[in-house]
Amino acid sequence: MVTNSGLVYLIALPLFGAVSLLLLGRRADKWGHLLATALSAGSFAVGLFQLSQMLGRDVESRPVTQKLFTWISVGSFNVDASLLLDQLSISFVLLITGVGTLIHIYSISYMAHDPDRRRFFAYLNLFIAAMLLLVLGDSYLNLYVGWEGVGLASYLLIGFWNQKAAYATASKKAFVMNRIGDMGLSFAIMIAFASLGTVSFSGVKEKAEFASEATMTALGIMLLIAAVGKSAQFPLQAWLGDAMAGPTPVSALIHAATMVTAGVYLIVRSNFVFDAAPNAQLLVAIIGAITLIFGALIGTAKDDIKKALAASTMSQIGYMILGAGLGPAGYAYAIMHLITHGFFKAGMFLGAGSVMHGMNDEVNMRKYGALRKFMPITFVTFGLGYLAIIGVPPFAGFYSKDMLIETALNAGGVKGILLGGTALLGAGITAFYMTRVMILTFTSPKRWDDNQRPHESPALMWIPMAILAVGSVISGYLLHQGKAFKHWLEPLFAKPGEHSELLPPIVVSGLALTMVAIGVAIAVVKYQLSEVDSVAPENVTEFTHFARRDLLQDEINEALFMRPGQAITSALVKIDQSVIDGAVRGIGQMAIGSGSSLRKSQTGFVRSYAALILVGAAALIAAIWVVTQ
Amino acid sequence: MITFISPTLEYAILAPMLIVLAGALIGVLIEAFAPRSARANSQLFITLTALVLSLASLIRVRNSASTTAAMESVTFDGAGMLLQASILVISIIAVLLLADQENFTALASALPGSDEERASLQKDLRVTEIYPLTLFAVAGMMLFPVATDLITLFVALEVLSLPLYLLAGLSRRRRLMSQEAALKYFLLGAFSSAFFLMGIAYLYGYSASTTLAGIHAAVVGGTGNDIYLLLGIAFLSIGLLFKVGAVPFHAWSPDVYQGAPTAVTAFMAAATKVAAFGAMLRIFYVSFAEALYQWRPALIAIALITMVFGSLVAIAQRDVKRMLAYSSIAHAGFLLSGVIALNKSGLDASIFYLFAYGVATVGAFGIVTLVRDSAGEVTDLNRWSGLGKRSPWVATAFAGFLLAFAGIPLTSGFIGKFSIFSAAYESGSTAILITGVLSSAIAAFFYIRVIVLMFFKDPVEDGTSVVIPSLYTQVTIIVSAVVTFALGIYPTPLINFIQSTASFLR
Repeated sequence: MVTNSGLVYLIALPLFGAVSLLLLGRRADKWGHLLATALSAGSFAVGLFQLSQMLGRDVESRPVTQKLFTWISVGSFNVDASLLLDQLSISFVLLITGVGTLIHIYSISYMAHDPDRRRFFAYLNLFIAAMLLLVLGDSYLNLYVGWEGVGLASYLLIGFWNQKAAYATASKKAFVMNRIGDMGLSFAIMIAFASLGTVSFSGVKEKAEFASEATMTALGIMLLIAAVGKSAQFPLQAWLGDAMAGPTPVSALIHAATMVTAGVYLIVRSNFVFDAAPNAQLLVAIIGAITLIFGALIGTAKDDIKKALAASTMSQIGYMILGAGLGPAGYAYAIMHLITHGFFKAGMFLGAGSVMHGMNDEVNMRKYGALRKFMPITFVTFGLGYLAIIGVPPFAGFYSKDMLIETALNAGGVKGILLGGTALLGAGITAFYMTRVMILTFTSPKRWDDNQRPHESPALMWIPMAILAVGSVISGYLLHQGKAFKHWLEPLFAKPGEHSELLPPIVVSGLALTMVAIGVAIAVVKYQLSEVDSVAPENVTEFTHFARRDLLQDEINEALFMRPGQAITSALVKIDQSVIDGAVRGIGQMAIGSGSSLRKSQTGFVRSYAALILVGAAALIAAIWVVTQ
Repeated sequence: MITFISPTLEYAILAPMLIVLAGALIGVLIEAFAPRSARANSQLFITLTALVLSLASLIRVRNSASTTAAMESVTFDGAGMLLQASILVISIIAVLLLADQENFTALASALPGSDEERASLQKDLRVTEIYPLTLFAVAGMMLFPVATDLITLFVALEVLSLPLYLLAGLSRRRRLMSQEAALKYFLLGAFSSAFFLMGIAYLYGYSASTTLAGIHAAVVGGTGNDIYLLLGIAFLSIGLLFKVGAVPFHAWSPDVYQGAPTAVTAFMAAATKVAAFGAMLRIFYVSFAEALYQWRPALIAIALITMVFGSLVAIAQRDVKRMLAYSSIAHAGFLLSGVIALNKSGLDASIFYLFAYGVATVGAFGIVTLVRDSAGEVTDLNRWSGLGKRSPWVATAFAGFLLAFAGIPLTSGFIGKFSIFSAAYESGSTAILITGVLSSAIAAFFYIRVIVLMFFKDPVEDGTSVVIPSLYTQVTIIVSAVVTFALGIYPTPLINFIQSTASFLR
């Protein structure tokens, strides 16, 4: 493979920004945000340059690598810190740095009054660097470094506004769920290392055909767990809504365009694993299908604009995961939807931030209404994103989502009908809840207090929104023109098997548009044509109650995992501290009182510890004895 | 008739240990003859000089590795050299922490709360005996992993333990708790030493030899009475497992970690672990390797229980020193994987892990010494909240050490965990791999919780503050942090060095 010594600058530029802004401290307050933005833009420029170079090469020699140094070298096992830029990673690089730079620009104005703006920009740059490492690493181990890095940067960014009380629990939940995902990835790495002897993508790809299907299935399921945790998929989806406590630009960057899509990247990058493990692949598709409905249903009941968008993100990533689970036929479309989604969802999040900016940080859509007149630019940019997400032609989402639905339907047999049907149904629900967001925010009568003074946001904020809106309009068409994007990525994947078409494409599009029309119509009838309460009504169906409480995801998690976990921990602590003491005390050695408070701070009696050692010794001898016999 | 054989000693090979012992003896003389005012500085100077000279002489004799010394009671081989070097490096950075006298009582013999204690505090007395005590302990630790005769091994165990019992009781604040901890440590240590001795006796009964090579020969020959072997392995293991703090022989460690002066805790937690695991690796790799079917299942069980127990109970801790104690229990479980692996990569991984963990531990406890209020160190975790806002550098360094404990990439902890679990898996212990990764994930939870607490919570206004670290403490923390990250980012040179050097001479 061709080597290219320029790849490191993609990461080095934002990393340099993060380090220097943190090290310089207050001295950089005046210009730190500008430096960070410039470096992010610089990284984007490097990405564009690399793209132009890549386009100039013929298909076989497009991927390039750069070895930075030998990271781990243990016997025959070598991991280099190496970067790999191919058609897949360049797509991500441009998305990350492009959308990232726009969000940097937006944040200059959005965070203008924050005394710690410099620190915020340092974290943004750190995030960009980590995310780039994630998509540029040439092995699972390098990817893992970026994977943990984006996690760290996202905690720093969500926690940036730490005055919010809800943050503490939100971060804990996000942390635990991500930890489960990370654990999946570390298992996957260990399995690859132990049974294939390599952790590089090319190495695993090479060995994949010789490995047993069981190994590949185990590897695939572990990778899926990783993806599920990072991308907020069922059943580890509960953290995404809570993560909305962070600043809105962060939600746009991390929780819409980039970090949460890392799971999709991981699965598509590991296509050779899943192609060799059909069961794991089917599981991927099922998880995607469940999540796309799950997220959409939650979205129908949310009154908090950011949480509604978060539910929608969950659902849209469900589409991508579904696509990634459809095998070689779906990989390219999953990534295409990821890119178009990056445009329209980031644009809508920034739009939501703009609305909040003009409404004193109010997030309850029931307290909005008629903002179309006061924020025309936000209305238009948000509206274009809206048209894109519900899949109206010729906006971006139409192409990418339509192709996903079509591919799902053509997956063959009952599987195809079920998956495709779910995707179609999801399109209808998406149209309903997104129309609801539009109506409640922009077109229904005003429901805000008179002390609100809604106003349009400054140019630094709306220009990025406008650029993203342009992307929401044209990106789908451009990428799908002559199936350009599919052909671009095709060389990386296996050839898809032939499937007969279940329905002709035009019929699929017609069905999807019908579903969308139904969804929009219901929303219009319910919210535009009838009165909307400014407080959420209580006399609603049982289902709405469920949906408002995120389909009971927290309750289920608590009952299934949290409480048993806590019970085990406290039981162990009890055993450690009191049971043994209690047993000894029970014999009647109460003579030594508990004494001063100082002594109380250590509950253990030395005789109990000695007794424990004795019991342990007996157990150990018994164990060795039993084994030997 | 018994003839007396005059022992031959290879002084060059033993020099690293002898230098440390000589330093300790000079320290004792200083205590006896030097004026009080001059003691602290001269002791620190002597101690550091002895440790550095010892390290230098170790480097000088590194090429004569793979020889026996002192009538075959000591073996100087690659693994032994690496372990001794680790102990010395860790001791040097830990001794710098001892230099901060705020940690230690003014007069150890004064009754807590007595007039005598008050008078000694007013006179600004100092216990400078800590330095020779530390050197004696270091000498014992250096002997422990290179001793190849069980009697020498036992002597080393006592030489390293007795000074630690004393040191644990010298805390300046909360002296009752400190003395209680010391007494507990002493009583339980004596108890476990008795087990250790019993083990030696049984092994002698089995093989008619006290040398590791002799026991190995008997195991291979298979002529001895297997019950003696079994009891010998079990009892010897108990003594060692006690020292490393494996469940169910761990109960002392949280109390002692909490009660001992923090600088002593740092030294003890880091260096003792290297010494004890070093000895354990040697004994199991050299003597018991052929009897693995007897001991391995039991040791695997202990490793699994230790990992899970340490990680889970750490979650419930509200005191930073107790939390680190349970975390060190969990790490003892991870390190046992290296003993169980019983292969070359297990040995390499264990040595790397021990060094990396030891350095990070000293650094972490070094930071604990800095967070204080008017009454001394603040170890209640709730009062650490918001530390990141007040003292970003100190909090960042602590976060770095915690991330290393958690095994996050780009820290030494990740490389250590990765290699040690891989080695265990290579040897066929899937259970170790799965439980290890699971409990690392659980453990990460409480490490990150502390980070969240420091950076994302508001500071509490109760007089908790970070004191300006003394130059010595600064050096300790900076060196530990640099090593921790350097070994995470570019571990290859050290790993290669360990791979090419580490081996046990049978």
